[in-house]
Amino acid sequence: MKVSLFITCLSDLITPKVGQHTVELLEKAGCDVDFPESQTCCGQPAFNSGYLQEAKQAMKQTIRAFQHADYVVGPSGSCVGMLKEYPKAFEEERAWYVEAKKLAAKSYEVTDFLVNVLNVTDTGSTFKGTVTYHPSCHMTRVLGVKEAPRKLLENVKGAEVIDLPEAEDCCGFGGTFAVKNSVISGEMVKEKSRHVSETKAEYLVGGDMGCLLNIEGRMRREGKNVKVVHITEILNAQEG
Amino acid sequence: MAIRIGDQPYEGRVKAGVDNTFMREAVSSAQGRFRSGKQKSSEELGNWEDWRTLGEEIRSHTLENIDYYLHQLSDKVEERGGHVYFAETAEEANTYIQGIVKKKNAKKVVKSKSMVTEEIGLNEALEEAGTEIVETDLGEWILQMDEDPPSHIVTPALHKNKEQIRDSFRDKKGYEKTDKPEELAAFARQELRKDFLSADVGITGCNFAVAESGAVTLVTNEGNARLVTSLPDTQVSVMGMERLVPTWEDLEVLVGLLTRSAVGQNLTSYVTSIIGSKLEEEVDGPEEYHLVIVDNGRSKILGTEFQSALHCIRCAACINVCPVYRHVGGHAYGSVYPGPIGAVLTPLLDGYEDHKELPYASSLCAACTEACPVKIPLHEHLIRHRQIIVEEEKKSPQTEKIMMKGFAKWASSPAAYKLSEKMARTSLKPWTKEETIEKGPGPLKGWTDVRDFPAPAEQSFRKWFKDRKKGEDS
Repeated sequence: MKVSLFITCLSDLITPKVGQHTVELLEKAGCDVDFPESQTCCGQPAFNSGYLQEAKQAMKQTIRAFQHADYVVGPSGSCVGMLKEYPKAFEEERAWYVEAKKLAAKSYEVTDFLVNVLNVTDTGSTFKGTVTYHPSCHMTRVLGVKEAPRKLLENVKGAEVIDLPEAEDCCGFGGTFAVKNSVISGEMVKEKSRHVSETKAEYLVGGDMGCLLNIEGRMRREGKNVKVVHITEILNAQEG
Repeated sequence: MAIRIGDQPYEGRVKAGVDNTFMREAVSSAQGRFRSGKQKSSEELGNWEDWRTLGEEIRSHTLENIDYYLHQLSDKVEERGGHVYFAETAEEANTYIQGIVKKKNAKKVVKSKSMVTEEIGLNEALEEAGTEIVETDLGEWILQMDEDPPSHIVTPALHKNKEQIRDSFRDKKGYEKTDKPEELAAFARQELRKDFLSADVGITGCNFAVAESGAVTLVTNEGNARLVTSLPDTQVSVMGMERLVPTWEDLEVLVGLLTRSAVGQNLTSYVTSIIGSKLEEEVDGPEEYHLVIVDNGRSKILGTEFQSALHCIRCAACINVCPVYRHVGGHAYGSVYPGPIGAVLTPLLDGYEDHKELPYASSLCAACTEACPVKIPLHEHLIRHRQIIVEEEKKSPQTEKIMMKGFAKWASSPAAYKLSEKMARTSLKPWTKEETIEKGPGPLKGWTDVRDFPAPAEQSFRKWFKDRKKGEDS
């Protein structure tokens, strides 16, 4: 199966190992992974801030980049969720609307793709430690991916998954919200950090790097030593 | 008071909210109770998503045919001896009600809880005309005593604790007992009873007016609306023009959604329906009944992409799940309608000028959209508001505009994007220590005020992928 990786700009530039784990995971599951090099950013920062025209330029680039892909798979519920929003944004531009619909239909968040397209529920990984999972907002509420990441995590050998209190509460990331409304965002992430600490887990795992960088950044600031990992890292981990 | 509350700027309101530890604890624990209550009662009901769909259908059908149903409602109320007045503006509504109060020579008016009368500033208007107004909902009574605006649309005094309430009762009403809720409530009941008995006019809001019968329905837990609607000879109900349902059957669906979503109750203690005035053959009922239907900007929303905001049944489910509301409280919104629905409705009713920050007071986590019992896409409305603020109202900050223009250039050009692979790391080098940025420049500052930011990677993913490919190919 041919799969085109949608890396997301954040993981490309800030946390490239998320992409590496995603590629390896998909390959292990039998996919032939390619990386369309003309991809940039999905446009969400501009879209969510109200800059529709600016966002559309990024969106068009993304549509072009993945025009020939069979499947588009990305390690982020939020960015993939954005791809699903494309058709609405192009309702009045017929040609782009058609392309946007095609892209939305073939795009998947990586855990969703593994479980619901490839029927993989056990990635064969071993990861020793206690982990708690933060279900990010766009992954669960915009994209509707709730079960897949949990199912995959449950089958990781050695990992003990501890429930995160008020798990589905937003961590306060919200893209530009974290900068524009940093006071409120700060209060939200402090609360999330508290809940993570309550679990006493060694690792916090999630499927969206934006949210994870936010929580990790706050916990570091507080001097906590909880390790923050993207879910692909755990799913791709080998005993050693 | 009107829809806007206070004149502090947004940042100041947010800071005041965040710094108010007591309020935040009160809000947080109330949210916890409301949320688990809603969860439990909706699970008990079963098929919650189907009920939501039905609720949405009823609301959307009603709004699509609002002219018809308003006509029907108005006919039915008049058939039953009531007077119906359509007020286009807040002023018109207030002037009309002032007229009734004057004509009746009323010294005292008792009111049951009503958000629309907060929105139009009815109390101030009547007080100016020299009438004494007594709010009879316990929360509203406390707020009236303290001259404090509501901070929540269902539980307006959510931000106060029992010690504060005891002190207010003591200072303003000569209360001498403890802060035990039972004693406080008993005192309020005693005091309010006198007002009920001596009031000349009763004013209520309206949860839903039933178009097929002309029945204005009030959903309460304290029973105060029963007294407001049965003791004074003259009664007035004030409703937002969208607050109606076609039939009794529809009413049942929406009341069930309302009480469960608001407070996790299958049904409130009182659901009261009042129809018109006492007819000749009837033994009781008000001598005079007025229904005031308030537009105040609502009809401007009809037919727009925001029409579904008028589906709101004022249950506050969105407010009860909102993490932003939890940390800043209701007053930070600067509107009688706080939380996600407030951030959507307030700019629509009162313009963007004074409320342009509200649509941004959300992380777009969509908890509100998920909670709404009539499926208003609240977070999508917030994004649309932002687009209007940026593209039509042109009220976004200059620096942001420049950044977004730069973003568009960067993201639409693979070559420009490629440049940033190296540049991101190099340009942040002066602020980077041990792969971490603790005090970032420019737009990063907001981020690093509360948390660290990681240094961009030495090698991008695409570089790794390319090198790997090369290795495989050679």
